[in-house]
Amino acid sequence: MTTLTLIFALPLLAAIALAFVPRNFAVIMRAVAVGVTFVTMLLGILMFWQFNGATADASGYKFVSTIPGLGAESLGIACKLGVDGLNVGLVLMGAIVAFAAACCSFEIKTREKEFYILLLVMTGGILGAFMSLDLFFFYFFHEMALVPTFIMIGVWGRGERKNFATFQITLYLSIGALLALVGLIALYLQLPVDARTFDIPTLTKYFSEHTMAHSAQMFIFPLLLLGFGILVSLWPFHSWAALGYGSAPSATAMLHAGVLKKFGLYGLIRIAIPFAPEVARMHMQFLAWLALGNVLYVGWVAMKQKNLNMLIGNSSVAHMGMIFLGIASLNLIGVTGAVVIMIAHGFLAALTFGLSGYIYNQTGTLEMSELGGLAKKLRFIGVALVMAAMAGCGLPGFLNFVGEATVFFGAWAQPSLRAVTVLAVWGALIIGAVYMLRAVRAALHGPMSDKWANLSDANLWRKLPYAVLIASLLVFGFFPKLLTEKIKPVTEQIVNMATVKTTTPATPTAVVMVEGK
Amino acid sequence: MNLSLMSLEIAVFLLGIVVLMADLWLPAERKRMLGYAAAAALVMLFLNSFTSHCSCALLDESAFGGMFVQDALAVFFKRFFLLAAAMVLVLAVEFSDRIAAGVSEYYSLIIFALSGMLFAASSNDFTMLFVSIELITITFYVLTSFTRGKVAALEAGVKYLILGALSSAFMVYGIALVWGTTGKFNFTELATVSANFTTNKLFLFGVLFILVGLGFKIAAFPFQMWTPDVYQGAPTPTTAFLAVGSKAAGFALLLRFLFTAIPSVTAHWDKLLIIISAITILYGNLCALPQRNLKRLLGYSSIAHAGYLLLGVAALTSAGQTAVLYYLSGYLFTTLAAFAVIAIVLRHLDSEDISGLAGLHQRSPLLAATLTLAMVSLAGIPPLAGFFGKFLLLKAVVERGAANPGYYCLAFTALVGVVISLYYYFGVIKAIYFGKGANDALPIPMSLPMRAVVCLCIAGMFWLGLAPNCLLKLAEQAVGVLK
Repeated sequence: MTTLTLIFALPLLAAIALAFVPRNFAVIMRAVAVGVTFVTMLLGILMFWQFNGATADASGYKFVSTIPGLGAESLGIACKLGVDGLNVGLVLMGAIVAFAAACCSFEIKTREKEFYILLLVMTGGILGAFMSLDLFFFYFFHEMALVPTFIMIGVWGRGERKNFATFQITLYLSIGALLALVGLIALYLQLPVDARTFDIPTLTKYFSEHTMAHSAQMFIFPLLLLGFGILVSLWPFHSWAALGYGSAPSATAMLHAGVLKKFGLYGLIRIAIPFAPEVARMHMQFLAWLALGNVLYVGWVAMKQKNLNMLIGNSSVAHMGMIFLGIASLNLIGVTGAVVIMIAHGFLAALTFGLSGYIYNQTGTLEMSELGGLAKKLRFIGVALVMAAMAGCGLPGFLNFVGEATVFFGAWAQPSLRAVTVLAVWGALIIGAVYMLRAVRAALHGPMSDKWANLSDANLWRKLPYAVLIASLLVFGFFPKLLTEKIKPVTEQIVNMATVKTTTPATPTAVVMVEGK
Repeated sequence: MNLSLMSLEIAVFLLGIVVLMADLWLPAERKRMLGYAAAAALVMLFLNSFTSHCSCALLDESAFGGMFVQDALAVFFKRFFLLAAAMVLVLAVEFSDRIAAGVSEYYSLIIFALSGMLFAASSNDFTMLFVSIELITITFYVLTSFTRGKVAALEAGVKYLILGALSSAFMVYGIALVWGTTGKFNFTELATVSANFTTNKLFLFGVLFILVGLGFKIAAFPFQMWTPDVYQGAPTPTTAFLAVGSKAAGFALLLRFLFTAIPSVTAHWDKLLIIISAITILYGNLCALPQRNLKRLLGYSSIAHAGYLLLGVAALTSAGQTAVLYYLSGYLFTTLAAFAVIAIVLRHLDSEDISGLAGLHQRSPLLAATLTLAMVSLAGIPPLAGFFGKFLLLKAVVERGAANPGYYCLAFTALVGVVISLYYYFGVIKAIYFGKGANDALPIPMSLPMRAVVCLCIAGMFWLGLAPNCLLKLAEQAVGVLK
């Protein structure tokens, strides 16, 4: 068993073990969940540390291992796990966020058994999806993590609109996932009958040597873009996100908004764009405008929010626009920046949802008109929220700055995207700053209502998850090389597949992209 | 004449007779146990089918002048039916205290229906097809209204009888038309000449009428009318056997008829199959939405699943047929798990209302987990059997999309169906864990054999969802005999 297999298997095994613990032992459930995710996080850090020294297989993947027994030979399905520069950071981020989410689950006071089982299944599913080198299990694990999300929102969610939120998020995400499934199956069927496989390295090799028929690309890429797009709350399919996160228990929102949502982006970068490059290029301009919808429109919606959680939810959707813009630039800098924001946003979303969960737990409301002056009582939480808001605005020092700046450089290098880039920069810097600072002012500063006189700040244990997340943002923010050096070789390969190799003469955009690199 | 080829069917039939005879001598309090003995005998026969002693080892032979064939497909379905019947018998023992009189007859009728299914798996001739279908259907008329004190059961029995007789009449008429135009009864012989009749209207009408009869068995639209009422009214073990055995027998016959007897006609009927499959999926899922009665809900969901299974038939490829076999196997464990829980939990309630499940997770965590897993698997969510089955079906359909865009539409219809179904399957799960108003909190007693059945179902769902290799090979081998 490699470190990687352990990272993925530990939470799932713990979930099975918890099923046999009597429900009265809530403390044990919580201890097991926190303990296991802590070990998972340590293993994740270990894996990240060892990554540079580890030996890669022929296709550049490290820590590759196959779990025997799962899968079907005759269809070319095998449960193969491995990481390269693209997903090593995501796996690490997922493991850290999972630990933070388990720590923040103290707010759950009913039916702890079911909650922690679902949380661990979700964690295992998420990590499995990101490290899977098999298209089938890539989808399989994602779906396994997605369904607990719906149940957790439906059961432990908060607010009056909980049921509607559950209904909406289930509907949107199921449709998105199933559309992507059809696209993935169609992709698999593009291979000749005797060579069909779901193995991602083999597929990558095949599609870098053979161009997929244009008609097939015309069918598959839009399907994947739509399916993955819905999963990532691409404008105009974003409306499930803010309400869903606003109604979810903190741990669920942290894991979904932080980690699971990145599945769609990862799928676009790893699969859709390099495998169907011609049609992908045709769609990039379009994608960039949709991304602008995320940044500007959803940013504007975020400014109008009166509820802190809805604001955070909308801002998380707005940040997705930046990642889409990076992907749409289709050059080395832009795509690398997109991956960096994926990781940065994972920490940030987990941090903000965790903090708002703490405030909700203390005050019982997140309406900003009722909050105010909380920084007097909640010193640590207040400082952490200010730091999160600064990270959200893209303040240098946090990883978000690195990602956003890189994406803007990348997108600017693409002449056709300049107009979009200018608007997006404006949206990100001005609108983002407006709503983030407003939230800070409304919640933390100003006169404090008397009813909040007996709030208590986080104790050492409660501080731990927030401290871990802020530390991650700062460490990578000061040493982004730790990430970018790993990501760059892979994005280079993907960008090459997506731009240089064409059967038709190079289009003007392709030429510029090569220069932009 | 090769009687040894039919040793399995003969053994099952004799078992039915023995159960009937034993009833005469056994004291009343032992009669319940007879069901366990019969189930054990079926399990022995099931295990024996993997050894070389069994007739199942004699592949690709035929008896009665080609009426009865023993090939990989037949053997696959026979094992399926044996396993299903053994589990249904255990369920029947659990249920037997609610049967006023004639417990042993109930057991033996299940076994006779099983023998009909075994014959159906091997039938290669219209006579055999009709006789086996009637053997199944007529025993089910009795099984359906076995709790004759209940009005709902009688209503279900009458409904099933009238609609069943009607569809049999259609089928006989169809067989007559096909025989009248081609002069062939045997599928193998029919296959050699059917290509000449693809434009003969009488012949095509005959084929259509035969499909009406089979459509009734599998509860495909527009022959699904009986399903919800019969599922609701019939005793739970009967419903379980109807949902699993009878449906699978219908599919065994449908596959053999479409792909060995009239492949040249089937090849042109892709549009018809696509439309029937799509409507069946939508009808079943939409009608299941407002249901509050658990058995009725499963009745509608079984219509929807007939639609999903028809995806594999409509694909007209061996990948599609493999998917049908795989999906049926997953459906066996899933559906039996659901009905087992219903039989045990809702025993004291007059109706099987979903609210009766409230508090189940405290009364019996095992049963609550079983029903939850069954619902999750029916909804097609990893890592359970239903997901892999749906994945195979979807793959088979998308594979044909390049040739006929109608298949893409069919695939999307199936996806819409899956999304709709999430709503009512999750509704059941919600009732188990979060339902209010549980009026009794006593633990639920469960016999050891029942516990074994439930655990077997759970194991089956996980096995087929996580390690599909073994069964997939068997299924691929089985569809090798189809064209």
